[in-house]
Amino acid sequence: MHNKTIAELAKGLRSGEFSSVELTTAFLDRIKQHSSLNSYITVTEDLALQEAEAADLRLAKGDAELLTGIPIAQKDIFCTEGVKTTCGSKILDNFIAPYNATVVNKFNNAGAVMLGKLNMDEFAMGSSNETSYYGAVKNPWDINTVPGGSSGGTAVAVAARLTVCATGTDTGGSIRQPAALCGITGLKPTYGRVSRYGMIAYASSLDQGGPMTRSAEDAAIMLQTMAGFDEKDSTSVDLPVPDYRAGLSKKLEGLTIGLPKEFFGEGLNSDVAATLEAAINEYRKLGAKVTEISMPTLKLAIPAYYVIAPAECSANLSRFDGVRFGYRCENPADLADLYTRSRGEGFGKEVKRRILMGTYALSAGYYDAYYIKAQKIRRLISEDFKRALSEVDVIMGPVTPSTAFGIGEKIGNPIEMYLSDIYTIAINLAGVPAMSVPAGFAGGMPVGLQIIGNYFAEDRLLNIAHQYQQVTDWHQQMPKGFE
Amino acid sequence: MNTQWETVIGLEIHAQLATKSKIFSGASTAYGAEPNTQACAVDLGLPGVLPVLNEEAVRMAVIFGMAIEAHIAPYSVFARKNYFYPDLPKGYQISQMELPIVGVGHLDIDVDGVVKRIGITRAHLEEDAGKSLHGNFHGLTGIDLNRAGTPLLEIVSEPEMSSAKEAVAYMRKMHELVRYLGICDGNMQEGSFRCDANVSVRPKGQKEFGTRAEIKNINSFKFVEKAINHEIERQIEVIENGGAVVQETRLYDSVKDETRSMRSKEEANDYRYFPDPDLLPVLIDEDFKAQIKAQLPELPQAKKQRFKDDYALDEENATLLTSSRPLADYFETVVKESGCEAKMCANWMTGDLLAALNKADLEITDSPVGHERLAGLLKRISDDTISGKIAKQVFEELWQSTATADEIIEAKGLKQITDTGAIEAIIDKIIADNQDQVEQYRSGKDKVFGFFVGQVMKEMQGKANPGEVNKMLKEKLK
Repeated sequence: MHNKTIAELAKGLRSGEFSSVELTTAFLDRIKQHSSLNSYITVTEDLALQEAEAADLRLAKGDAELLTGIPIAQKDIFCTEGVKTTCGSKILDNFIAPYNATVVNKFNNAGAVMLGKLNMDEFAMGSSNETSYYGAVKNPWDINTVPGGSSGGTAVAVAARLTVCATGTDTGGSIRQPAALCGITGLKPTYGRVSRYGMIAYASSLDQGGPMTRSAEDAAIMLQTMAGFDEKDSTSVDLPVPDYRAGLSKKLEGLTIGLPKEFFGEGLNSDVAATLEAAINEYRKLGAKVTEISMPTLKLAIPAYYVIAPAECSANLSRFDGVRFGYRCENPADLADLYTRSRGEGFGKEVKRRILMGTYALSAGYYDAYYIKAQKIRRLISEDFKRALSEVDVIMGPVTPSTAFGIGEKIGNPIEMYLSDIYTIAINLAGVPAMSVPAGFAGGMPVGLQIIGNYFAEDRLLNIAHQYQQVTDWHQQMPKGFE
Repeated sequence: MNTQWETVIGLEIHAQLATKSKIFSGASTAYGAEPNTQACAVDLGLPGVLPVLNEEAVRMAVIFGMAIEAHIAPYSVFARKNYFYPDLPKGYQISQMELPIVGVGHLDIDVDGVVKRIGITRAHLEEDAGKSLHGNFHGLTGIDLNRAGTPLLEIVSEPEMSSAKEAVAYMRKMHELVRYLGICDGNMQEGSFRCDANVSVRPKGQKEFGTRAEIKNINSFKFVEKAINHEIERQIEVIENGGAVVQETRLYDSVKDETRSMRSKEEANDYRYFPDPDLLPVLIDEDFKAQIKAQLPELPQAKKQRFKDDYALDEENATLLTSSRPLADYFETVVKESGCEAKMCANWMTGDLLAALNKADLEITDSPVGHERLAGLLKRISDDTISGKIAKQVFEELWQSTATADEIIEAKGLKQITDTGAIEAIIDKIIADNQDQVEQYRSGKDKVFGFFVGQVMKEMQGKANPGEVNKMLKEKLK
């Protein structure tokens, strides 16, 4: 049961092969069995069974939607009414959200069954899931390695079949990088495609929620529910949502793929490069034309990102002050003490590092040199993507420089850690959509292929990924011990 | 004040916009609710919430910009002003910094009959903070976030006022304008209209500005004048004693009538403004502006001129009657409904009605005597049913009751007597009874004439037509 796709499970629920309660129970059992992976922060067992019962009623009545009764899990960055919402931080360890994120509401309305809340890097700041207050998450392909981050809990839960599908968020690669390192399919939609309301902000101009699944088809089904304008989010875009599944079967003859030479140079592990080459060859076989392109601004992405994202986060995280909700220090002497200790004790190292960097970048005298300059670079990067995507249909490249690294290997070296997002960050700065698709293995560990498309071309990306998944089975591989 | 010093004043006025809901959330802006009952998830700054701009606030800002003939920015941007304070839920205030919605404009003020044009640098939209309550909270501070997110228009003047008197005139004029435009209720006790004053002094003739101090949150015209005058004196004293004015924020204490330091520039925050990524830039096109222009009410200055031209009112009455829109509307309605001479309507309003309202501390909108009943009274004066003197008596009755002037005149038998026979009989009697005065009058003491009029009116309980009485008396006393 746990190995089926959403479409297969939906069929099974309708044919009476199993009920949502049975399905949910099976996943809850698996979660318990594999709790050592640490992918869940909160398992909402009782709530899940209630929702499953309600879903079974809906199915019986015949007014069920495709996702009705399907187990899903939420990254713990999405507010869930009445359920602890921690964002991976001590500062929100006691926070029960009083409202639902728009995305959560949409899944609830569709009748999906929430199994729980997934582990993540604290406030989505990290590339290894090691910055979580709730501890590192283990990669099921090798439990000594990281799953990537910040949506590490999500990637592991999907890869280890501890949920059918789950949400992630991506500010600089937080969906794609863990998807690649765990061998699953992840889609970061165009900025504005999915509502950010109720998704705890890290860097508001970059954050975007998206689906993390085993297959492109499942991602299409999830995105169908997630996408759309939300009047509560002024940055969500009021454009019609296409039928993502309907476009999946389109053939790829004549597709033009651009490979930026900047993506395949120094720094890319040679085994990963070879794996990607094989994947791109598959696309040639499917009728695509592949050309090398140049995107000279890509190398500017990391420095620009590490100004803009921390700058925004320095303001976004000011509300965690110990006054109205969340962690408050013991016996504050005065207001300044309340602030300093609540925040000092409540936030982890990486979060503090980014708040400090951002505060510095926005300070009087530095603003022009850092923030304004980074914004200029951001515009150049966007223009570079627009230009490239007017020449080719999609851009392909690596998601990560290497396969999953060891737990503890990079956590002491922020710069090295930041470089693990070198291929993903520019996409967020430009705002275009991108996917990570399982493309094979290097040294027994999963490798992801990144597919980058034009604004609001999620349907095209899903189609391109789906066609590849029709001729390969990388996305169906299961880590040993989790079959 | 020492004559060798001159003062430079600039005002920042915060006008609370009269929208029904907050600037970035759907919560109500009504004043006086139980603490935190009008603060929704967005106002509380809960994790994950996002602001959505209230279009009505934008509309009001544009109305204001047009009224001061300012440049309306086609592209303006909300920015985050970062600082920590318990009544600031998000740890930043959403405001506008580099690209405000209203650009350079002006407002003409009138001080002792001289008109002076005060430049307005800008006006921008922002959200208000909540407030801290230092009541009985077991040694803790309470926080009420009802006010958090209330829309404010911050109107920044050029440093072009040179006395407290000018500053007050400017503030009054602005107060009148925002109420006229219907964008602010102007209630100063509730904090809907308040100002910060930037004050500096410099030796007469010097071009450079002196170091300024900012007096925060002054919420009455009287306090503005007092606070500024006090601050001017303080600064001159500091300089004359060999000291230097420190750039700082000061607070006016109305009880002690003094300003005192809140924080100096050294302790001032670096607000680290940057564009708010949660909000899109505000785009205002020509269509939107044209739409608003069409709805723009007549402005005080134009209305005053029209009252002078169309109704032949003098400066004083025109100024008084256009000091608020409801008052001006009331006047025009009375003129229309009564069909009386505008000047008489104006005199009745500025005299009896406003005096009574002032005494009762009421606004025109709460007047016990509505325009219909006042018009009814004025009609009876102009058609000679009652005399002006009796009319005052009727007005008293109008104020006390809900009856119409006609009902009162009827019930109290106040109708003026124009029956010449009745008047003549009384006059004959008065002349017969007062032969001494008749002699005096006839020997040239014209003043005695008033005595006869008074006697006749007294006899007739004021109801005789004064014109008729005069005419007949003159005839009989010849």
